[in-house]
Amino acid sequence: MAEGVTPRIRVPRDATAGETITIKTLISHPMESGQRKDGDGNVIPRSIINRFTCDFNGENVIDVTLEPAISTNPFLEFQAVVPESGTFEFAWYDDDGDIYTDTKDIAVS
Amino acid sequence: MSFTRRDTLRLAMGTAFAAAVPFKVFADVDADVAAFTGGAEIGEGGITLIAPEIAENGNTVPIEVDAPGAVSILVLATGNPTPAVGTFNFGPLSGAQQASTRIRLAGTQDVLAVAQMADGTFVQARQEVKVTIGGCGG
Repeated sequence: MAEGVTPRIRVPRDATAGETITIKTLISHPMESGQRKDGDGNVIPRSIINRFTCDFNGENVIDVTLEPAISTNPFLEFQAVVPESGTFEFAWYDDDGDIYTDTKDIAVS
Repeated sequence: MSFTRRDTLRLAMGTAFAAAVPFKVFADVDADVAAFTGGAEIGEGGITLIAPEIAENGNTVPIEVDAPGAVSILVLATGNPTPAVGTFNFGPLSGAQQASTRIRLAGTQDVLAVAQMADGTFVQARQEVKVTIGGCGG
């Protein structure tokens, strides 16, 4: 499953050095839990995003393991420290092996 | 078919009783916690779990965990068919050991958060969420 998966990320455009900023991410994904059944009573196979990572200039900010109990279109909000200007790298790991990535730049004054 | 006064009362009582018994599935919550802590003792305090008291829709229940000084936080929904919800591992650049997300709850149950602190100790927090419509399908 790879159609229609769009990550959306909100990172402040600029910050002061050492400031703690809030990052919000949302990715559109059905997060099929593997518990539901279709009309014929067959179990719909599990298809979720099982891991999310956020790095800043190669250093890890957060690494989240997601289970089927995370809602459709997984939303995550967390805090990061920005010591210098750089790039946030975001990665979502799908059950089928796909990795969806995105980056956001931030200017630190 | 006609209802007598007695039948009606009995029916009403039965319905009320069925509604009062909460949805409970005793799954392997303890096993998940033990796998995370390695059997270590779990204390209280130092961790905050924010979840709504009443969630109208079990498909998206907003939760927030906050444990200053934690290296990782495990979140469990004790009444779900599979209790694990997720694990947050905080890296060196995380500004605060705080995260929020949206989870699925099958029914009224306790949400449990266990945090591993930097010194290797564990703390937990619990919050009951009443769910009007369950979120695990059928």
